[in-house]
Amino acid sequence: MANTDFSRTMGGHHQHGFDRSRAWFERMHIDLILFLLILLLAGCGLLILYSGSGQDMTMVKRQGLHFLIGFIVLIVTAQFPPRFYQTVAPWAFAIGVIALIGVLVMGVGAKGAQRWLELPGLPRFQPSELVKLALPLTVAWYMSTRPVPPRLFDLFKAMIIIGLPTILILKQPDLGTSILISASGILVLFFAGMSWALILSMIGIVAACAPLMWFFVMREYQKQRVLTFLNPESDPLGSGWNIIQSKTAIGSGGIDGKGFLQGTQSQLEFLPESHTDFIIAVLAEELGLIGVLALLTLYFLIIMRCLYLSSRCETLFGRLLSGSLAVTFFIYVFVNIGMVSGILPVVGVPLPLVSYGGTSVVSLLTAFGLIMSMYTHRQN
Amino acid sequence: MWEHSFRDKSAERRLFRSRALTLAIFIFLMLCILAWRMAYLQINLYEKYKDLSENNRIQLRPIAPNRGLIYDRNGILLAENIPSYSLTLVPERVRDMEQTIAFLDQLIGISERDREQFEKRQGFRRRPFEPVVLRHQLSEDDIAKVMVNRFYLPGVDVEAQLVRHYPQGETFAHVLGYVGRINQQEQATLDTDPETKRRYSATQFIGKLGVERRYEQDLHGEVGYQKVETNARGRVIQIIERKDPVPGQDITLHLDSRLQKLAQKEMKGMRGALVAIEVATGGIVSLYSNPSFNPNLFVTGISHKDYSELRDNPDLPLFDRAIRGQYPPASTLKPFVGLAALNSGITSWNEAIDDPGWYQLENDERLYRDWKRIGHGKVNLERAIVESCDTYFYDVAVRAGIDNISPFLAQFGFGRNMTLDISNALPGLLPDREWKRAKRKSFWYAGDTVNLGIGQGFMLVTPMQLATATAVLANRGTWQVPRLILAHNDIEDEIPHGDIADIQLKNPQDWEQMYHAMEQVINGTHGTARRLRSKLRYPIAGKTGTAQVVGIKQDEEYDSESLRERWRDHALFIAFAPVENPEIAIAVVIENGESAGRTAGPIAQSIINEYLGGAEG
Repeated sequence: MANTDFSRTMGGHHQHGFDRSRAWFERMHIDLILFLLILLLAGCGLLILYSGSGQDMTMVKRQGLHFLIGFIVLIVTAQFPPRFYQTVAPWAFAIGVIALIGVLVMGVGAKGAQRWLELPGLPRFQPSELVKLALPLTVAWYMSTRPVPPRLFDLFKAMIIIGLPTILILKQPDLGTSILISASGILVLFFAGMSWALILSMIGIVAACAPLMWFFVMREYQKQRVLTFLNPESDPLGSGWNIIQSKTAIGSGGIDGKGFLQGTQSQLEFLPESHTDFIIAVLAEELGLIGVLALLTLYFLIIMRCLYLSSRCETLFGRLLSGSLAVTFFIYVFVNIGMVSGILPVVGVPLPLVSYGGTSVVSLLTAFGLIMSMYTHRQN
Repeated sequence: MWEHSFRDKSAERRLFRSRALTLAIFIFLMLCILAWRMAYLQINLYEKYKDLSENNRIQLRPIAPNRGLIYDRNGILLAENIPSYSLTLVPERVRDMEQTIAFLDQLIGISERDREQFEKRQGFRRRPFEPVVLRHQLSEDDIAKVMVNRFYLPGVDVEAQLVRHYPQGETFAHVLGYVGRINQQEQATLDTDPETKRRYSATQFIGKLGVERRYEQDLHGEVGYQKVETNARGRVIQIIERKDPVPGQDITLHLDSRLQKLAQKEMKGMRGALVAIEVATGGIVSLYSNPSFNPNLFVTGISHKDYSELRDNPDLPLFDRAIRGQYPPASTLKPFVGLAALNSGITSWNEAIDDPGWYQLENDERLYRDWKRIGHGKVNLERAIVESCDTYFYDVAVRAGIDNISPFLAQFGFGRNMTLDISNALPGLLPDREWKRAKRKSFWYAGDTVNLGIGQGFMLVTPMQLATATAVLANRGTWQVPRLILAHNDIEDEIPHGDIADIQLKNPQDWEQMYHAMEQVINGTHGTARRLRSKLRYPIAGKTGTAQVVGIKQDEEYDSESLRERWRDHALFIAFAPVENPEIAIAVVIENGESAGRTAGPIAQSIINEYLGGAEG
């Protein structure tokens, strides 16, 4: 056991840092490349927020605090081994589902939707945020106990696990989150090796269900959003206003932009929600296509790094979970930029790590902590 | 258990890697779509969105020109612009509209009507964050109350604007008219022409009646603009360019406030009208209809209550009797008929008839009575004018014939609106054969001529027409088109004479003779207006008239007392002075005034005294 070479190859066994030859970040279960990429993105996010918030330093400081908390949570999350998450996943899921039911029964409403739960002695929180992580965890846990590629019956049971919270969140109603959550679950199945025939037929079913959704599930305001998306000029002062203004901000930025803090659309407040959902338009206006491509590249690198890490995980559970989280992260990016640039309907999805908001920052960084945990905790 | 039994770990890994690779390619492609979309917006559509963002940022704000002021001939202000404060709301910034309005109602009072108008204005097309007016005419007190509570009233603001004000109030209401808010119908008319649409782009008020309407073009001015950078809330960040508006022209009218006020004072409690014209220029120095109304009520929108009060008043204060009241001219027509008879050659100043107190046409049983039952005896033209002998005029009218009288009277402007700048004046009615055939489907009878001889029957005149004819008479047939306008921006208007022919009498001496006869109406022992003599300061020529009231229907809702009052004769009086060299001509009509010598005459006399006195002193 005194042989250092041996102990290095045994890596994962030595969790408590008496092995001085390993770098500090390895000992802390941090993937340095991913960590630095996220740090870079967070830094860019704060800069854009400074402009998008109308140069509101208190807002930037508060977001900085969100990042600080988020990074602490990330590091803490990374310390626990995958086995721990496998164990807690079903419990977290159960608590999440119960809380979602609680929201429907006694939730606090805002703008016609019940999304918040207020319990005595606890801060007001949004159970769907918990489920965002608990669902992929649970599906990954379940699928890792099944043979690969999965059998049809196992997939069916996994669909029930996915469907339960999805329907509950849909009831709130929160179409955007329910789609994202179900996507994160389905992605686990995809990584687990669900057959292409099944994937294509699922896409077919979803396409067939779309008209039914329109008539039976979607609320009036959601339909309005879709209609506005199809023709924003139909209501230029109402719901079309946002999308027209954001396209104007983006388009008027041109290739090299109007200059940092020089965007007239954002600085003169024509652009709505310029510090939250529509913040990419601020970047596009002020730093132009160059800025946008730089940000897209940064996102691409982060996602690729995550996929790389996930493929290098030792456990099936780790691979399924981190692969799902990585692609879910991408979906956030795609949906947000797609909606702001007018190729997707407006759904309230923030731009990851750039839009202002503590919950989003902390839960995203927790996910990165999970990915790092899955990768760095090696087993025999 | 699966992990330790028959799992093929490397197959699992391979499956995962192939799935991850598939997704990595998919993600790359999807990100390329985003990049393509952004590039499309930022390169292909760059010009379009650059313009749009410029249009967002830069606003061309029209600036309303100040409306031109209106003065009387002495430089006294008749219409001015004073600041008025309005309460506005920016709906986008109001958190709870119901609550905000309720609070404002509690603070300064918001009427049901204000609310309705506000709802309506909100419906109009507007930019986001454009303020909408909730209430006009805030008092200092209201403003203070709103300002103190500003913190609780997000989106609520007070805006100042200039609104029209008529310092002389009722005195000039009918003649000046008033401005009011441009209504939707007027807006539609303005919008049909891009030029007027541009000119009125910042204007809220437009002349609705009277001088304000007639001289709208001159008073309005040229719109200016301001190129400003604004934020989405419409707040101006900086002014980029500015072109000042050109204020409307100030106009000066011939009207004389002293006379106008005097007319108002003299006619207090009566229904009637007075028109006085400066003979040499045609300038209308007084144009007054009583009762009148306060035009200031109409400027920012009259309340329903105030309007019904005016509308339902049996004295019809909104009715401009001076230019739209049509009355039988009665005996005031006699000097004109007399001149017609002389000019037709059927009589002369020396020729006299015998008046038994009635007149009869050949082959007609009917007796046309004189006002004096026993008759005037031997009457020539002068005496017929002085004593207003009906029989004489029955006789000369029939002898001269309608075909001579009607065209002759037309030369004095009867039957037409001869004014230069009073567009809504009614034309009265000068009957002739043609008119009767067209309108009454009947022949002209000799009896119609008999009636016309004493200004009764079909003929109708407005006080304006009577004054015009009197001025032409006083000017020995030379026309000066009656006008209100004296000067634009202190530069006197040179108005061409136009195509109205002056009246050429066959014997020009007839003018002087007629003046003499009309002077005797006041000065003569038997003159019908001899009671004016006691207060005579200047030699006046005049003629009284008493018109029978036939127009009022029996079933109109008057109490018996007022009904009886309203069946009394109208009193008319025309006059000019001084007789040798007339300066002012005047017509007064007092509804149900009965004796012109007692009611209309003294009013005319005091106007003449004031006018000539003022000119001397």
